[in-house]
Order: sequence, then structure tokens, then C-alpha cells
Amino acid sequence: MEKRVTFKGWLLPFLLIAPQIIISGVFFFYPAGQAIWQSLFIPDPFGLSMRYVGLGNFEYLLSDPYYRQSFVTTALFSTLVTLVSMVPALFLAVLADRLLRGAGAYRTLLIWPYAVAPAVAGVLWLFMFNTRVGVISWYLGKLGYDWNHVLNGGEAMGLVVVASSWGRISYNFLFFFAALQAVPRSVIEAAAIDGARFWRRFFTIVLPLLSPTTFFLLVVNIVYAFFETFGVIHTITSGGPQQSTTILVYKVFSDGFVGQDLGSSAAQSVILLVVVGLLTVVQFKVIEKRVHY
Amino acid sequence: MKKSTLGALVAGTAVLLPMAAMAQTEIQFWHAFTGRLGDLVAEQVDTFNAGQSDYTVVASHKGNYSETLNAGIAAFRAGEQPHVLMVFEVGTATMMAAQGAIKPVYEVMEASGAAFDPDAYIGAVKGYYTSTDGQMLSLPFNSSTPVLWVNRDALEAAGIDPNTDLSTWEQVGTVLDTLKDSGSDCPLTTAWQSWIHLENLSAYHNVPFATQDNGFAGTDTELAFNSPLQVAHIGAMGEWAQEGKFIYAGRRNEDGANFRAGECALFTESSAGYAGIKSEAEFEFDVRPLPYWAAAEGAPQNTIIGGASLWVMEGKDAGDYEGVAEFLSFLSSTPIQAKWHQDTGYLPITTAAGDATREAGFYDENPGTDVAVIQMTANEPTANSKGLRLGSFDQIRGIIDEELEAVWSGDKDAQTALDSAVERGNQLLRRFEQASR
Repeated sequence: MEKRVTFKGWLLPFLLIAPQIIISGVFFFYPAGQAIWQSLFIPDPFGLSMRYVGLGNFEYLLSDPYYRQSFVTTALFSTLVTLVSMVPALFLAVLADRLLRGAGAYRTLLIWPYAVAPAVAGVLWLFMFNTRVGVISWYLGKLGYDWNHVLNGGEAMGLVVVASSWGRISYNFLFFFAALQAVPRSVIEAAAIDGARFWRRFFTIVLPLLSPTTFFLLVVNIVYAFFETFGVIHTITSGGPQQSTTILVYKVFSDGFVGQDLGSSAAQSVILLVVVGLLTVVQFKVIEKRVHY
Repeated sequence: MKKSTLGALVAGTAVLLPMAAMAQTEIQFWHAFTGRLGDLVAEQVDTFNAGQSDYTVVASHKGNYSETLNAGIAAFRAGEQPHVLMVFEVGTATMMAAQGAIKPVYEVMEASGAAFDPDAYIGAVKGYYTSTDGQMLSLPFNSSTPVLWVNRDALEAAGIDPNTDLSTWEQVGTVLDTLKDSGSDCPLTTAWQSWIHLENLSAYHNVPFATQDNGFAGTDTELAFNSPLQVAHIGAMGEWAQEGKFIYAGRRNEDGANFRAGECALFTESSAGYAGIKSEAEFEFDVRPLPYWAAAEGAPQNTIIGGASLWVMEGKDAGDYEGVAEFLSFLSSTPIQAKWHQDTGYLPITTAAGDATREAGFYDENPGTDVAVIQMTANEPTANSKGLRLGSFDQIRGIIDEELEAVWSGDKDAQTALDSAVERGNQLLRRFEQASR
């Protein structure tokens, strides 16, 4: 069954993959190589001198209990962001898929939050939950709940998770919605005739057929949670209270761009690169086996 | 990478725009001020540009203090640095260690022959930016010191005489009890907890914050703020936090909004909070000196400054530096300094500017505005109260913030938290020592 196209010579195939290779080289291999190189040094901020320390930066990081703790924080944060951004998205997509009228309007409204920049989203949520002037924290106070994410680590984590996930729900919604439209009606109708109710049809037919999309979104969202959320954390908590929202990528950002400790920052990005690489391998080896294409 | 290209782009446009208009020597000045302070800086620059025809100073806003420092560093790495860069006091040690990137102010002034008398500057301000052999490395620009802001109406509402003596923390403690009992939601709050309640606390009580004269004598310094005095103070604050007498709102000056709205009775904040409080507060307020512990020996010494200074960057044409020198001596001139001091609540950086302000009757018309000046200059600074010069200090403050939050929330006691902050901070100091060796 397998179809194979073979090229004569090497020039054409090379030209065809060249753009991809050049882009990967410029935007991935070159900076990643530089990070690995820099991680072996303690440079001064102005780039006037560099002091070779071998694996000293890694030793320094891994012997720091606060750094090790931030792996746990990152795992918790990423899991929560992935869940909170995917489950509601799927739910909304299923509902929007069943709409007969006004589907376009709902879709547009649901996609809107994706257009809000992460740092702006952070500020919006911060205002709503501001301990003293926030609308939501004020109502919570009326209900007798004293919201204080400035000192309560759990609340701070909840707030950054929600702020990071909010815009992603739109993104995930788009993919789920498109995938739902591609589920063949005939299969669902056959199940309906056999007497399967809506949720039964959803779990036994629709969800398995959505699995390629779900898997794709799982990978993409975890990468998002690992790499792109430092803006939100910077605006809302700056990693606090104590270190309860200091995830790995936020520490890379703050040590490098606030603290000017470029050696440590480079070493941290190398560690992060390895962690995410391993995670992706695991995802493809283990989870992808359960995906039906 | 991205930052430096961005910096280069911005620098590029800054050069191009006014070039069409005139062929004067361009002096680039990067600063961190927005809002009213930004307007006041722009006014100073305009006055300078209008007053002479050889140079044009182009001021650009580069974000907050950290972002401005980063923009300067990135631009230097790309060879696009400005002539003058504003750096907050926390970045002082970083800049001093960057020999080859900076041109000390005293050298710039000497070479140009511009009027410059280092002794004209207030000692406690100058000391922060002076090398151990007495040479001024950067020009103090905006300096403030922490004071106690009092909402007189709130005290009165709690049945306390608004003129009550609040010089010591013991007295403040009694007032906090009364405020809490009368139902106040926010008896005391603070901005910049590390700066006020550890750095200034130490200087004010003449105890070291770090060894080696707080870092002035060498980069082999170690933190020392876990001594009995600091532990007692943080312990007391922690107890007040548990009892709802001290309300913590964040690491920066988040609670300023609540004080200005009249929700909080007492507020420890920079003297530069003056402009904002004066324009927004709809209640009677008062400026008092920062309280001290009466039980401690040697208090009150003097408090130390926060704020920023102007650094001259290396790598420009020799002729440009004459313009820089002229601009810097313009900024330190008495009328400019006196106006800046009166408009902002920042300290006057020269004695003459302070005197001029007093003679003009400003302190009589605005009682309390000289509290900060008196508090800074009451005593000759000691090795413990000259200032701080610690590498990676921005990150160390982050660590202190984390540990103090553990005290406010009741997770750690003061001794454990401060010990841990000292230990973690020392690791960063060792890294900085290695990097700048």
C-alpha cells in the first residue's frame, strides 16, 4: 500500500527542504548552540569578560533546593494550564458544533480572547483579582472569602493558571471545532439509530476520532505552558509569594533579563531544552500509540 | 539577541529624527521616567537645549529601572550605547564593575573643564556613588529616602491625637493597637519592604547590612542582616501582620494606592511619594521621620538613599563628552536642582539647592518636605550608613522579598527567614565576585 516518490539526483530534494533547514538553523540550532556555549561561563553583563566554569553553572543550579522545587511547580503549573485550556475548549466546541443558528457569532466571540497579548491578559486578570480594588475579590469578600494572592501561594497559582489559560481556550476551541466538523455524520447517525445517547456517542465515537487533534493540542499546550507564560507571571506575581509561582522559564527570564546573570540563565535554558525534549519523546512514544489516525 | 537588535533600532531612529533639523552634536540620554516625572525630565532637557546651541540632548524613555539598565547593557553589546544612562541604585555595583563600559563622571568633568565641585554634593548622596578613594563615578540624579506618611484623619477617627509622637517603633506599636481595636482595616502598610525594613533599618540603627562596609570595601562581602536587631524588627512586623495590624500588598509600592485612597493610617514609603500623595489624598496628611527602635543603641543614625544616578558610557567621540559634561553640570546647578526637589520630593543633591529651597520659604509653606533632608544629613554617615554596594542586588532583593513573604504569611519565623535569605544571597554574591574578578 505504501507509496514512495523517488527523486533523481540530489539538487531538487535539497532545494525543497532547504527553507526548513535554514529556518531551523537560524532560529533554533544557532541560538541553542550559543546557549550551550554560554552555559559553560560566568560572563559579566556587558560582555567584557567571560570566565570559564565548566559545568559549574549546572552544579550551582542543581544543588539549589529552590531550583529543584521549581521543577515541581512547573509540573503542576503545566498540567493545570493544559487541563484548564483544553477541557473547557472541548466542551465549548461540542456545544458550538450543535448550534443551528448564530454559530458564527458564538465562534467569533469565543475566538476573541486569543487576540489579547499575554501580558495584557495578565494585567486584566490582576485588576479583577486585585486584593483591594478588584471586582472579583470584592465579591468574594462579600461572600466571606478573603482573597489574597499576594500572600497565599495556592491562590496565586490559581490566578496565573487562569490568566495563562484564558486566551489558549480560544486557540484550542478553533482546533476542536474544526475537528468536530470533520467527524462523519453517518457514523454518528448509525450510533443514534442503535440507541446510543449523546454522551455515549461522544465518548465512544467522537472522542476517539478527535484523538489526533487532542494529541496535537496536548503537545502544543505543554510547550506553551513551559515557554510562553513568563509574561503573565511577570505581570501578576513576579514568581511570588515566596516561590510558589516561579516556574522554570520565569526563572530563566528573571535571572537573565532582570538579574543579568547570563551564565545561570543559559544553563537553565539548556536544562529546560532537555526537559521539554524528553517530555516530547515520551509523548510521542507512549501517548501517540493510543491515537487513531 | 532580540533585545539588542531592538535597542539598535530604537537608537537608530533616535539618531535619525532630529538630524534633519540641525547639525548640532547629539547627546543621547536614556531614562526610566514616565508620567509627571517624565514630563519634568523633558522640561529639564528642553531648558538645556534652549540655553545653548552646541549640543542637543535627546531623552528617551526605556521602560522601568530594570528595563532601562537592560536596554543600556544590550545596546552596549551592540555598540549602540547612549551617552548617558540612568541606572537605579541597585545596579551601582554592576556598573562599577564594568570597567571599559563606563567613563567615570569625575574623569568626564576633568577632561572637559566644566565647573564641577564634588564637595557641593550632599555627603550621604554622593557617598553612594563614590569610589573608595573618594572619586565620583556617577552623577546622583534622583535620590529619596524612606519616611513615615501619616493619615491624620484616620488617627483622629480612632481617637488618637494626630500630633502624637511616632518617632519610635515602640510608640507606633501602641498606636497600631488602638487603630486595630477601633476597627481599622489597614493600620500600617509599606512599600519597598527590603529597602525600608532591612536596608534602611540597618543603616538607621548603625548595624551592618553586609560585611566589608556593606560591600564598599570589596566584592568579597557577605550579607549580615540576620543579626538580633533585624530579627527583632522583622519579628515584630510579622506579629503585626498576623494580628492584622500590618497589611502587606506587594513587593513594590502597590499599597500606595490604598494609602492615597485613605484606607491606611500609616505608610512607610519613599519621600518621593510626595507628588502623588499631595495630588490625590483627600485627607490631612503628615510626613514624619522613619521610626526607630528606642531600645536599640546608636539609633537614629541616618537613613540611606534609593533612586538613580546617571552613568556616562564609554565609546563615544571625545567632543561628545564635552557636551555630556555641560549637561551634567547643568543638571546639578542650583535652580534646576531646587526646582526638581520641590516638584518631586526627591532630595536636593547639592547643599546649595537645599539652602535655596529653604530661603524661598518652600519648607515653611509645605511643612514636612524637609523631613527627608534632615533625616539624611543629621549625622555624619558611618561605614554602616554610607550605602550599599552589592552585586546581583536586584536578585538578592527578590530573595529577601520571598523570605519576608514567608514571615508575613506566618510560614517562617523571622530568624529562619533571614538566615535563609542571607545564605541564598551569599551564593549570588560569590557568583558576582567570580564574574567581576
